[in-house]
Amino acid sequence: MERRMTTNPATSIFVHGIGAVSPAGWGVGPFAAALNEGKEIAPSPLARPGWNDRSLTVRRVPAPSPRPAFLASPRLRRTSAISHYVVFSALEALGADAEKVSAGQINLGVIVCVMSGCVNYSRRFYDETLRDPTTASPLVFPETVFNAPSSHLAALLNSTGINYTLVGDPGTFLQGVALAADWLGSGLADACVVVGAEENDWLTADAFRLFSKRMVLSDGAGALYLRRDPSRTQLEAVTDSHLFSGAQTRLMAARRVREQLTCSDTTLLCDAVQYLPKVDEAENAAWADWRGDRLSVKRILGEGLAAAAAWQSVAAVNAIQQGRTAANVSVVGTNQQAIGARFVAA
Amino acid sequence: MLFPRQPQAQQRVVVTGAGVITALGLGWKVNAAGFREGATAFRPVTLFDVSRQRVKTAAEVTIPAELPPSKLNAHQLKRLDRASKLLLLAAHEACRQSGWEPREQLPIVLGTTSGGMGLGEAYYRQAINTPNSHRDQAHRVSHYQAQRQALDLADAFGFTGPVTIVSNACASGGNAIGHAWHLIRTGQSDRVLTGGYDALSQLVFSGFDCLQALSPTQCRPFDAHRDGLALGEGAAVLTLESLDSAKQRGAEILAEVSGYGAATDAHHLTQPHPQGTAAIASMRAACHAADVSAEQISYINAHGTGTPLNDSAEAAAINTWANGHAREVFVSSTKASIGHLLGAAGAVEALVCIMALREGWMPPTRSTQTVDPACGFQFLRSPMDQQFDYALSNSFGFGGANATLILRRWSGA
Repeated sequence: MERRMTTNPATSIFVHGIGAVSPAGWGVGPFAAALNEGKEIAPSPLARPGWNDRSLTVRRVPAPSPRPAFLASPRLRRTSAISHYVVFSALEALGADAEKVSAGQINLGVIVCVMSGCVNYSRRFYDETLRDPTTASPLVFPETVFNAPSSHLAALLNSTGINYTLVGDPGTFLQGVALAADWLGSGLADACVVVGAEENDWLTADAFRLFSKRMVLSDGAGALYLRRDPSRTQLEAVTDSHLFSGAQTRLMAARRVREQLTCSDTTLLCDAVQYLPKVDEAENAAWADWRGDRLSVKRILGEGLAAAAAWQSVAAVNAIQQGRTAANVSVVGTNQQAIGARFVAA
Repeated sequence: MLFPRQPQAQQRVVVTGAGVITALGLGWKVNAAGFREGATAFRPVTLFDVSRQRVKTAAEVTIPAELPPSKLNAHQLKRLDRASKLLLLAAHEACRQSGWEPREQLPIVLGTTSGGMGLGEAYYRQAINTPNSHRDQAHRVSHYQAQRQALDLADAFGFTGPVTIVSNACASGGNAIGHAWHLIRTGQSDRVLTGGYDALSQLVFSGFDCLQALSPTQCRPFDAHRDGLALGEGAAVLTLESLDSAKQRGAEILAEVSGYGAATDAHHLTQPHPQGTAAIASMRAACHAADVSAEQISYINAHGTGTPLNDSAEAAAINTWANGHAREVFVSSTKASIGHLLGAAGAVEALVCIMALREGWMPPTRSTQTVDPACGFQFLRSPMDQQFDYALSNSFGFGGANATLILRRWSGA
């Protein structure tokens, strides 16, 4: 489908659906229930090769029950968990519009945001290469590519529109939301689904342990379905991306996000803190005088990286759908940027 | 704010700086000379063990021992991986040529497939071989990630982003330049630093080898007897800015980026639709954005990997897209010279088009002996001097990512 760009990126953007896969389960239902309950999801051990007397600790997505029908698709037969999470959360967010996309009635833009990405198969394929490259699996290698999950989603939906995979730290998800708004305003797409996703692997958990022994990684995905026609929830703003670079510290970047977000007494703050003082230091300082309600998704679900930033946004939208008038999302990422967003009741 | 933004008048987008490093060498001059002649730059791989691979050659880059001066301190310089060095070398040439000064809120848009994969591989080997040794591991974790390389780039030149990294497999470089074009075209920024980069890595080399996608003989794009691609590494960086901005500061304009299109091929994860349907959509969208018709395009830098499936699908796509004018367009693939640069391919190949438009030549594909009869267009096997106005660059990737750029010769208006 050919599209000529227009120059009206200030068009109002609305959230028409949300989706989630998390250690709380498959779907927004168990996700919201876990947040309402407020109890940390219990971590579980993850074996690490070379360690016989101890293990890593992660929060895992439970096995789906019932098994989603889309997993029977030939395209998804050999895929790893991250593709399952991306497809499930996107389909949940799209709802009935998924069929319209498949029928060619909606030109869908797809944006999938990751930090670690397809690490299960990357680790597995490299291990096969080191052992014997002559027997390394040609079925596994294509699944190591960052854009494999977004490709599977597009194939399942028969979507031929613009499709980007963005790589970066957790704040990249909100960059993806801003990009979707831009595509909608420019007429590049009729609708956009933005997904943040990760999958657990001992390699990632081992790596993060070098920076914080108390951090518990988790996996899953979160998705927002955005369109220009009105719904109950409006995307009001995405702040600039404030880099941790040059002379700008994490604290300075976090404060600039705070300065750019409108706040009121009734606003819910969906922050990225994990109750790990060193990790949370910049964000806590930036929001030290905040007296409104606060929801810390990562404390309950774990550090899901790009998925966690998506969960924060899903939680914000869900709160508005439950009667809140406004919710701010603050993401102080791991090693790239601080960025925020604001959603309001339309 | 990234959103909302006030509507702006549509801008024309020009290139005011360009930098490149490939196996042909470092810089515009040596690369232009090589591409113009159709030189090839393949040699035995020395970066990792290929003794048990089917194929043992690639277009490996010789990286200079000294990096050019930048704002990076000694500690940062010491931490740079191979991919970062490629990126910085290309960016240095581009920024020097453009005359850009350090500036806040200058967007950086990059394409890569694997970032600092070499560091990730080193991390894995140590994690497996000596599980309780953490020596150098934290640095490997932080620097293998693509955002680290982008931040090093920002720090090196005093830019503060935002950083956007598009990882759409082998279309990444084309998508990155296309996204940068879109940011300027829609008035969201007056300048963007953009490009693509990828270094050779053992995982990716082994991956293409196990798929039997690597040629055991010679990369011969669009040859009737082609048998695969060759891998390479490198980077290309462009400084894009609005025409108004370039004119205001009296910058030398190298070319205009006049159109960009993207589409998704849902046919298969690694195989294009045989008729190249998404490639056709991508080429048409780019021409639509540039407001040009197929007959105005004189040269196409094809994705042209040299694999049987890619080249037959792309040939079909070009034939259809040309709409009866296929015989009038010249096509070649510079992957025969420097290999497939994956995330850097789209950026380097866009720069080849800029070189050709600016200097009045078209790059040949000399390794191709017998042109596939499916090619309804003129396939260039010998160097040709030719002034022309429009070039089209195709980039396609795993996952069905398709990107097309339209480049225009700058003639002062």
